[in-house]
Amino acid sequence: MTRILIVAEHAGGKLNPATAKCVACASKIEGAEVDVVVLAADASAVAAEAATLQGVKKVLKVENAANAEPLAAVLAPQVAAVAANYTHVFGPSTTFGKDLMPRVAALLGVGQLSDIMAAESAYRFRRPVYAGNAIITVEAASDKKVVATVRVASFQAVAGGGSAAVEAANVNAELPSHTRFITRSAAKTGRPDLQTAAKVVSGGRAVGSADNFKVIYGLADKLGAGVGASRAAVDAGYAPNDLQVGQTGKIIAPELYVAVGISGAIQHLTGIKDARTIVAINKDPEAPIFEVADIGLVGDLFTVVPELEKALG
Amino acid sequence: MSKILVGLKRVVDYNVRVRVKPDGTGVVTEGVKMSINPFDEIALEEALRIKEKGGATEVIVASIGPADTQQQLRTGLAMGADRAILVQSDAAVEPLAAAKIFLKLIEKEGPQIVLLGKQGIDDDNNQTGQMLAALWNRPQATFASKVELDSGKARVTREVDAGLETIEVDLPAVITTDLRLNEPRYVKLPDIMKAKKKPLDTLAIADLGVDTGSQFKTLKYEAPAARSKGVMVKDVNELVAALKQKGLV
Repeated sequence: MTRILIVAEHAGGKLNPATAKCVACASKIEGAEVDVVVLAADASAVAAEAATLQGVKKVLKVENAANAEPLAAVLAPQVAAVAANYTHVFGPSTTFGKDLMPRVAALLGVGQLSDIMAAESAYRFRRPVYAGNAIITVEAASDKKVVATVRVASFQAVAGGGSAAVEAANVNAELPSHTRFITRSAAKTGRPDLQTAAKVVSGGRAVGSADNFKVIYGLADKLGAGVGASRAAVDAGYAPNDLQVGQTGKIIAPELYVAVGISGAIQHLTGIKDARTIVAINKDPEAPIFEVADIGLVGDLFTVVPELEKALG
Repeated sequence: MSKILVGLKRVVDYNVRVRVKPDGTGVVTEGVKMSINPFDEIALEEALRIKEKGGATEVIVASIGPADTQQQLRTGLAMGADRAILVQSDAAVEPLAAAKIFLKLIEKEGPQIVLLGKQGIDDDNNQTGQMLAALWNRPQATFASKVELDSGKARVTREVDAGLETIEVDLPAVITTDLRLNEPRYVKLPDIMKAKKKPLDTLAIADLGVDTGSQFKTLKYEAPAARSKGVMVKDVNELVAALKQKGLV
């Protein structure tokens, strides 16, 4: 019997959409029973939201004041304790899941699979290596628990409308005090979140300066899009770190991705290859971005982008 | 004596365009340039800066890999590490086994800080630091973009999806590095000469008494599916028309 536990990611009393994508991945495994665990100081709202996800059988609440912030060292022993009754433990391949899940795996004495993009069976998965330049098919030993992170860009979130049971789980785990949360600074932009936005406009090195990035923000606001940046633009200081799209930044899968002044380094392309439609605007007709773009326009971004904004009314 | 242990992995150089072998058994590595994993280079640079500011007395670089890994360890010594340890293994080890091996080195060396890259750019696992912290039963501060030490504690700013998060951890601890923590120094020729005289110990993996058995078997490697080439439009009007046709605006 395949029993899969999914560790919910949440913030501010809201479930992160990555969780519904983990459920989608787990639901691909035939005959799997899928439960979600919510670790929080007060888990009620998030648990209620998780209970609506199609395919979820049960939602477990693990409430503890120590769970107010997602510290891997604090959460891992609790997840490991709950995992005793499961064959699989999945978390999202976000910074939350990447931080937490290997720690859970080691406490359980097993390895971990990172970034699974397809589940071919309960013990056979596909995942990217070498910055997405190769895809491997991996078979996990069936006598060990499978701990994995799910590449969220590879799955469509399951629908809501379900009504799973919500239960409080009693967890007996010793929690460390050696790790303390101090602060988090999130850029409050009023724009859609890059990771989950349906549309994203990104700027690259050709944008030329932090001030010039307003061209990107302008187009994004016209489209109701989130804003991203290439690694070159971030390294040059034109855009903040958390906007970086690519293998070493965020891997995204929006409906529309507009790459402005981005040449298309392989590590950037890895971050966008699941986008439904890629539009590239670049003055270099030889730029590799045009190899993957669905719609390409050769032109100077400082002419084309304002024109485009105007044409969109 | 306050030591910092730094992990260096030998990987295909990040400038190499990696290709899958036609028979699907791996990627082409013959005749390909090998280097220190870039995230590990950042980890070493951070360790050296901490030592230079008086926060540590010795920086030890360690790696698990074939005999040729000595090249990367020598580069680490040339950057400024004091000595090196190679745990020799011709077979690749999974991150859990790597963490167990590093735990053995920790037991031997007693470092205050273990600095590792957040992920190897070959397998892209992003696991070893977290697993090591769990097995060691010590704090982890992953994806660090800033590290400040203060009397037995480290305050680490982490790059998370929501922005930047700062945590405080008691030492000893494991810290894994993100891209923007620092810019590694270039190695100068005299340092390369000096590095040849620095100690490099080799240990046989079998002598460590660590279970390196694997849980995962890679069945095949494939090149990623290529996106089909799209259309080029001449001007903004054509672009808007194409977007409207797809229902995107």
